[in-house]
Amino acid sequence: MTLTHGVIALKGIIKRELWRFLRQRERFIAALVRPLVWLFVFAAGFRSTLGIAIIPPYETYILYEVYIAAGLIGMIQLFNGMQSSLSMVYDREMGSMKTLLVSPLPRWFLLTGKLLAGTFVSILQAYVFLLIAWFYDIQAPWLGYVTLFPALVLAGLMLGALGMLLSSFIKQLENFAGVMNFVIFPMFFMSTALYPLWKIKESSELLFTLASYNPFSQAIELIRFALYGQFNLYAFVYTLVAFVVFMMIAVWGYNPSKGMMVKKGGGPR
Amino acid sequence: MIKITLITLALLISSPMSLADTLYITLEKDNALAVVDGETGKLLKTAPLGQRPRGIALSEDETQLYVAASDDDTIQIIDIKTLKVVGNLPAGEDPETFRLHPAGQFIYVSNEDDNIVTVIDVDKKEAVTEIAVGVEPEGIAVSDDGQWVVNTSETTNMVHWIDPVSNTIKDNTLVDPRPRAAAFSTNGSALYVTSEIAGTLSKLNVDTKQVETKIGFKIPGVDKELIQPVGVLVHPNDKLLFVALGPANRVAVVNMQTFKVEKYLLVGQRVWNLAFSPDLKRLYTTNGVSNDISIVDVASLKVTKSVRVGHYPWGIAVKK
Repeated sequence: MTLTHGVIALKGIIKRELWRFLRQRERFIAALVRPLVWLFVFAAGFRSTLGIAIIPPYETYILYEVYIAAGLIGMIQLFNGMQSSLSMVYDREMGSMKTLLVSPLPRWFLLTGKLLAGTFVSILQAYVFLLIAWFYDIQAPWLGYVTLFPALVLAGLMLGALGMLLSSFIKQLENFAGVMNFVIFPMFFMSTALYPLWKIKESSELLFTLASYNPFSQAIELIRFALYGQFNLYAFVYTLVAFVVFMMIAVWGYNPSKGMMVKKGGGPR
Repeated sequence: MIKITLITLALLISSPMSLADTLYITLEKDNALAVVDGETGKLLKTAPLGQRPRGIALSEDETQLYVAASDDDTIQIIDIKTLKVVGNLPAGEDPETFRLHPAGQFIYVSNEDDNIVTVIDVDKKEAVTEIAVGVEPEGIAVSDDGQWVVNTSETTNMVHWIDPVSNTIKDNTLVDPRPRAAAFSTNGSALYVTSEIAGTLSKLNVDTKQVETKIGFKIPGVDKELIQPVGVLVHPNDKLLFVALGPANRVAVVNMQTFKVEKYLLVGQRVWNLAFSPDLKRLYTTNGVSNDISIVDVASLKVTKSVRVGHYPWGIAVKK
């Protein structure tokens, strides 16, 4: 693989993903409506839920909508990751996945390219969401919007890799509903997206443990701290390790001679 | 070399220089004084005080602090350098709120149980006179020109206008239930009074002594009963004033021209008293129940941090 080849392939993958995203205007709107409904409707009823504890990175009392904002950015990226996994199952069924995978470039490179494209789209959605949230008085320091970017890249890659991993296990498009029920919802609700860990601990130790080890929680905390110009080392390492592990399994899953493609008979021969 | 010097100079000029200030906060439950760095909110030290310390003020030369130790029935004089009690003023029974007259010699203190306002001569350390006022006197305010001293009585629901020359009541104004605190506008034309039970802020005309207008407060998601206006502070530019809303855990920012609420700032629990930093860049709030103070950036009207200082912070005095 030469650098030129790589760049051409990467450009092609990102362009295709972007085109797909831009042409599906309803997908863009849906991706924004979901977190905004949570913000304007759900969070409005819980304004004083967090009680009196001040938790880092916040230095003063915050309204619930300020707390939930980081979780909703995570939600955007989680759904985006799953959406790309859905599109990969679709690509496989339609045959365009074969075209991609038979190219002479390494598989890990092609999959990473797809991952980057998906992450880029989710970052775009996250910043549009933050722009709307700004007018709803959810305002982070200016620097936070810059430091947020690398956090979004890593979180997006991790959740995208998770989606990719899942897509290697899903046989047919119809099975995606199962992903919704068994992956997205538990991951979202058993995380720090809606409530901080100390609040979860008050109600259930088990839930607290699950939420602590949920990689989605760590991705959210990474985002939350970054949005306030701070770096959460633990969340960073946890998210990075989760990304590497998910990615390795996904690359293995897409290996036609070893992975799930063989078992499913869907890989290129 | 010249270029470097110029750049350094430019950076120095452009960087927002903020003068460090020190906050002195009475801790009602700890019977102590908390000394806090205003810029960082860092608790520097605490010093013991009399029982149930509440009202606090700096002496005119800023070398001493006066603290109303309510359960000791005295106003303690504290040396600001050593933080030791160096004297006492006869403040009558259960002194809570007091103000120093701008001339620097007299303190006006409300004695809630006795329905009087005691006037103390600071130099002679003796009570000069007692002025009979309404039932349960609470808030005290003095106009910047020193022409008027007002006292609010919680149960009589009145503002008593005291002439500091004769120390007699010249007029009374009926206001909404449980008037708690009062503050004059800097130009001296208006007096603002908070009413705790009614949940209102009234604007009184100083010339006519009549209520000109009043407003209520409404915070989405907060019960109306919890909105109890207490401390009020006027910005010296006479454009904004700040009202502490007690258990609503909010400070209302009121536009003095339109007399409308511009913003509600979320602070700690049961916010009570308010003070500015000397450079007017920061607003400090004492939050009794959550045991902390909140620091507000006045330019952006944002709460930057809340810091624990001790149990039941009540009064606050700020020194450059």
